[in-house]
Amino acid sequence: MTSRTPVLSFKGVNTHYGAVHILKDVDIDIYAGEMVSLLGGNASGKTTTLKTILGYVKPTSGQVLLDGEDVSDWPTAERVGRGVTMVPENRRLFKRMTVKENLEIGAYLRPGEDLSSDYDRVFELFPRVKERLAQKAGTLSGGEQQMVAMGRALMARPKVLLMDEPSMGLAPVLVAQNFEIIERINKAGTTVFVVEQNANMALSIADRGYVLQTGKIVLDDTAEGLLANPQMRQAYLGEV
Amino acid sequence: MIDLKRVRTFGLIAGGTLSFVAAIGMVESFNERTLINPGITMGLLLILGIAAVFGYIVAAGKPNPLVETARDSRSGGIAGGLTGAIAGVVTSLFVLFVDTFDVSEFFPNMREPLVEAMTFELGVPVGLLVLTAVVTATAAAGGAFHGMSDSFRAGMSRALGWVVAFALFELVVSEILDFADPLVDLIYAPRGGLQPWAAVIIGALAWWLSTRYKGRGEAFTERVKDSEAGSRLRRSVILFGVAAVIILPMIVGGVVNELLITSGLFILMGLGLNIVVGLAGLLDLGYVAFFAVGAYGTAILTSPSSPAFAPGLSWWIALPIVMVLAAIAGLFVGTPVIRMRGDYLAIVTLGFGEIVRILLLSDWLTPIFGGAQGITRIPGIPVPGAGTISGTDPQLFIYFTFMFVLLAAYISYRAQNSRIGRSWAAMREDEDVAEAIGISTVQAKLLAFVTGAVIASFAGALFSAKVGTVFTNSFDVLVSIIILVVVIVGGMGSIRGVVVGALVLIGILGGPKSPGLLAEFSEFKLLIYGALLVYMMLKRPEGLLPSVRRSRELHGEDLTQDAWLDKGGDFTGDSAEEEATT
Ligand SMILES: Nc1ncnc2c1ncn2[C@@H]1O[C@H](COP(=O)(O)OP(=O)(O)OP(=O)(O)O)[C@@H](O)[C@H]1O
Ligand SMILES: [Mg+2]
Repeated sequence: MTSRTPVLSFKGVNTHYGAVHILKDVDIDIYAGEMVSLLGGNASGKTTTLKTILGYVKPTSGQVLLDGEDVSDWPTAERVGRGVTMVPENRRLFKRMTVKENLEIGAYLRPGEDLSSDYDRVFELFPRVKERLAQKAGTLSGGEQQMVAMGRALMARPKVLLMDEPSMGLAPVLVAQNFEIIERINKAGTTVFVVEQNANMALSIADRGYVLQTGKIVLDDTAEGLLANPQMRQAYLGEV
Repeated sequence: MIDLKRVRTFGLIAGGTLSFVAAIGMVESFNERTLINPGITMGLLLILGIAAVFGYIVAAGKPNPLVETARDSRSGGIAGGLTGAIAGVVTSLFVLFVDTFDVSEFFPNMREPLVEAMTFELGVPVGLLVLTAVVTATAAAGGAFHGMSDSFRAGMSRALGWVVAFALFELVVSEILDFADPLVDLIYAPRGGLQPWAAVIIGALAWWLSTRYKGRGEAFTERVKDSEAGSRLRRSVILFGVAAVIILPMIVGGVVNELLITSGLFILMGLGLNIVVGLAGLLDLGYVAFFAVGAYGTAILTSPSSPAFAPGLSWWIALPIVMVLAAIAGLFVGTPVIRMRGDYLAIVTLGFGEIVRILLLSDWLTPIFGGAQGITRIPGIPVPGAGTISGTDPQLFIYFTFMFVLLAAYISYRAQNSRIGRSWAAMREDEDVAEAIGISTVQAKLLAFVTGAVIASFAGALFSAKVGTVFTNSFDVLVSIIILVVVIVGGMGSIRGVVVGALVLIGILGGPKSPGLLAEFSEFKLLIYGALLVYMMLKRPEGLLPSVRRSRELHGEDLTQDAWLDKGGDFTGDSAEEEATT
């Protein structure tokens, strides 16, 4: 397994916002087909990690690699062209566009291709989305917005799907449903890297996990390993 | 039920408005234009119009989509009349003030002529009573009008509209009817203004037509829009439009053609800026710079007396070179500002526009651009078999303008409905997410700047050939602002909107340097632009003729805010209206 090239990896990545040091020597390796989660408390640097993958934030040292190629200097759009797509924190749909337009623009990098099978796939995962196609995205409920945000990302047929706190602001039932869908997406062949605070939920479907604490990776293990880890249980799984 | 608080508020506002238009000298200068022969001047129309509109507004009550306002012409008339009375008294007090105290040192228009104009030259006590009575009566009529039956309202507004249009646009009408001189003499008085009985006939005819063909217009539009049955009809409508555009310049005279050309140049620039601001969402306040590049580029390349370098090319050869120059200028402005957003972008582009003007004027570059003297002797557009065509030939020059407007409209249309159009829409909403979808916002922004710049350079090239001389004062910041106003008032992102916006604002009210069809407005056009802009922002932010996308963006929320009223969640706007009317 380790002899393969990771589809996505960080090698000693450091990032700064101005003088503030956020990510500190972060190493991450994600292999094709895996489902990996990044856990950590508020302001630990989870979103910053995703922003660094897509190039919104440039590392001050270290490398970001996609399929073994150093993309640290690439602009965002080109990295996306490599098959990495993100479902951003708070969904961030194009609120003034319709649901249909949101999905359509998700496939922006596949001009001229027939999208009908992609729509079908999205509708199969999220039947509600089909009923709302003509509605303005900004008027959807939070749960529906999450579905459309995931649908929009899937329309790009990503190789690697990045998700920033998909459970944020959702009712527990919806969270469970959502993770089930994420699992299905992963089983169908998409590599998934999911950032979560809800560690229990994330680890229940993930293969592996990283734990981030004030910008440092403090734990790195299989999902079972993390679930069993006493330190982990105390800090993140809500046990005393 | 009369809402006395509303009457008081709007009475005071109406009085303030009337005093204001008097104070700035609008009534006086409008009085110089007679609309209907003896005595009905544009100034009087202004006073009556303001009174009637406020009377109507008060009678209409506060707009509430869920409650149908009671329509009752008696209480409407009373409410309007009361409003008018308040307005009349306020205005009279103002006129009295002007008559008593001399403040003309600070307010040059607040002098004797103002008093004369507002008292209908009847002197203070009598004239003020007449003014109050007239304003009261008109406002009462405006209020009562609100309560009239629909067919009366339709007939009356058509009749008034047509009479006012015939009176205001005397120049166009008499030029169109030029072939039938006696008819023109019948309609209009020798020294201007509609003949009274002509006004009556036009009004009656308009009323009769509105009842005779009630609803036909809508039905026709429906038929044309209908995709299948309408396709042949649509073709004939388009054919008719094209024919009208081709024939119109031949039958109207030089003055109107001149106005059409100026409007055409602003349509061009409006379409270009619409791509930058309306589609890509980049607020560019220095757009005039690209117009200047087009104009000066053409001047240097074609004029024999260009100071430094005078290749004396033909306009047609200069054009592609100028387009390339404009594209480079677009990149030049676009590249440094690519990372800026919103207000910062606006300020920087504003600066760029001014820098270009100041450079053109500077001593340093005078050897190339001629400084304050500008560049003269720019030849027209050479046409095989017809010599060179310039502004002295507006009847022919207009066709070039049309041609480029058509080209720009086509470019806009294609851009809007293409992949790049969608990427602009996404970028306008959320730049970061647009990037996450794979849109290169750097490319998208530069493309918008370049396309906009090239379209502005068409306008510049035409402008040079038309006027034959270019000076820096044709390119000041006011031009940028006015183009932006055209785009906003017409409807951001809407091609039709820009066309109509430019025709109305530039053609009728007047452009930054030239009066429009209603020359009376030219002194006040900036005021009117400003007022219009504020009104549009508050009441109709999507513009006069909005694009489908914009109006949805701006108005979809109204519906869904009330969505909780509907338990099924399957809310449609219609059901609320039904509830309201039953
Ligand atoms: N653009 C920025 N400029 C300056 N500081 C920033 C910026 N973005 C994030 N930060 C800081 O970096 C730190 C990490 O932020 P980040 O968004 O990565 O946290 P997070 O782990 O995603 O937290 P949460 O779970 O609350 O979303 C925070 O202290 C935040 O204030
Ligand atoms: Mg975060």
